[in-house]
Amino acid sequence: MNSILEAKNIDKYFLTPTKFHVLKDISLQVQRKEFVSIMGKSGCGKSTLLYILSTMDTSYTGDLIIDGQSMNNQSKDDLSRIRNEKIGFIFQFHYLLPEFTVLKNVMLPALKLGKEDRKTIEKNALAKLDLLGIVDQANKKASKISGGQKQRVAIARALINNPKIIMADEPTGNLDSKNSEIVFNVLRSLSDEFDMSMLVVTHDHDFAAKTDRIIEMEDGYILKDKMEEI
Amino acid sequence: MDKLRLILDISKTHLLAKKKQTLVAALGVTFGIGMFIIMMSFMTGLNILLDGLVLNRTPHIQIYNKTTPTEYQPANKYFDEVSNINQIYSIKPKSRLDRIHNALPILSELKKNDDVLGATPQTTCKVFYLSGSNNLNGVISGIEVNEEIRLFNFNEYVVKGDVNSLIKKKNSILLGSGIAKKLSLSVGDNIQITSTNGTNFSLNIGGIYQSGLAEVDDIQSFVNLKMAQQISSAGGNYISRIHVKLKDIEKAVPFSKLIENIYDVEALDINTANAQFDTGSDIRTLISYAVSITLLIVAGFGIYNILNMFIYEKMNDIAILKATGFTGKDVMYIFILQALVIGFIGAFLGMAIGYGGSVLIDNIKFETEALPTIKTYPINYNPNFYILGFIFATVSTFLAGYLPAKKAQKIDPIDIIRGQ
Repeated sequence: MNSILEAKNIDKYFLTPTKFHVLKDISLQVQRKEFVSIMGKSGCGKSTLLYILSTMDTSYTGDLIIDGQSMNNQSKDDLSRIRNEKIGFIFQFHYLLPEFTVLKNVMLPALKLGKEDRKTIEKNALAKLDLLGIVDQANKKASKISGGQKQRVAIARALINNPKIIMADEPTGNLDSKNSEIVFNVLRSLSDEFDMSMLVVTHDHDFAAKTDRIIEMEDGYILKDKMEEI
Repeated sequence: MDKLRLILDISKTHLLAKKKQTLVAALGVTFGIGMFIIMMSFMTGLNILLDGLVLNRTPHIQIYNKTTPTEYQPANKYFDEVSNINQIYSIKPKSRLDRIHNALPILSELKKNDDVLGATPQTTCKVFYLSGSNNLNGVISGIEVNEEIRLFNFNEYVVKGDVNSLIKKKNSILLGSGIAKKLSLSVGDNIQITSTNGTNFSLNIGGIYQSGLAEVDDIQSFVNLKMAQQISSAGGNYISRIHVKLKDIEKAVPFSKLIENIYDVEALDINTANAQFDTGSDIRTLISYAVSITLLIVAGFGIYNILNMFIYEKMNDIAILKATGFTGKDVMYIFILQALVIGFIGAFLGMAIGYGGSVLIDNIKFETEALPTIKTYPINYNPNFYILGFIFATVSTFLAGYLPAKKAQKIDPIDIIRGQ
């Protein structure tokens, strides 16, 4: 079985302000090396779905299996560890720690994982930054670089533990077309070269059109799940 | 170990990014600890000084004869109270001599006792001080100077002249400062005294005695024991008081009871004589602790506020750390560590300021007539206050940091990310 991520019959309700059925019986699979995008209008539940798939949100019913491991009965600490090790995260608003250097931002998840010593981690982090073409910014503070650069740092950080899957929430949401292009190309090549799966929530039709598979959502349902020809 | 280093690293970056706030929070602790140390050093310094005044100079047990009515009236012996109603009017105390019966054997017995550091005899006689047409009534005590100095720091009371003049010259006197002032006499002058039985003596003033208590200094003078016995026209066994100093002051009460049981004397222990004194010391200590703890609590609230603010500012960071795999506990430790670092910095600065303040107070001039040996304010450099202050600082900052950190632990990253 080659699926990295598998969701079965996921239901979720928002309880406040009133009870609201956000996700209705969602089932999906993401295969190894697959580049999947989730599209849909605002409020259709795509971000909520991503938070559930990323193990950050635990209040749902249904089954979630990541890399062959069920997430259902894991403690919060175990989920943190799994997130740390197997999932890379990229957010819309880059979410770097502003007081730390670019290099430190990239290193932190690996330091937390603690599988390698500091020197190796630093070397790896520099390699990832180099891969994204921003190694020259390594010792700048994260708050001192441009938006496009920040997003690339965020990608480098998502890569540092060599995760099985990278999840991105509107990674190009507030970037211009040139930077969007760069981000897409980077994700594409990572997926191809490093065998990583990509799960990207996006509004951007051009971006989605270039991915392997588009999942369209509406009102908490999966409307269309079409495989593109590879 | 690596985990701790990572958490320390993150905390350090957070604190250094907010140097001003960190410093303000630390200064809150510094102020609390500094004041605590200064207050405790000063207060206990004062207590020790005052205790010293009393403990070093006051005999642990005073032995004397007391004039009291006989407790068990002879009439009751002959007509037992059960079958008779005895009513005696106008009971008068039995006349007793001022002197202690068998004083010399008692004295030598006491000196041999293992618990006793020393015992000195005194002979007290009432006199008139004469100078020209003035005569003041007063009291002269005959003492063994060397023993008084050894046991009760008697020399500290002699503000002018030489305390040893009593040994060198038999008719030397250490005149109370109040008397000297009233009669305008000074060291080297002669003074006439008249004893109660009308004999006149001419004494040479070898020094001026000042206890600090005006009512004592106005009547009390000291001469050699032999001289006092001569003024009382009594023999060498005429001793009216014995002052005892014990090796352990705690034994004063039982020991005085023992003396009263063995010998036919009154024995007054220091605890009974100075009961109000202990109370004063205790209350002063209590007040200083209360004020210091209040200061520390205020400092604690300061830290609590600042850390709470830190956490509101760091919501995004917390969300990122949690999304990238840091557990709630890691996040909590990060903030507790920040609180502790603030506490440590504050505590060390506070200890330095406490020490500096103490040294400063120690060098302020403080001269008073009542305490002739004191030149500056008293300070007790007890390391325990520094240790206690440090522990206080650490514990209070930990508690102040714990609550906000606990809150940070519970923050749900999704709420933050969704809220953007």
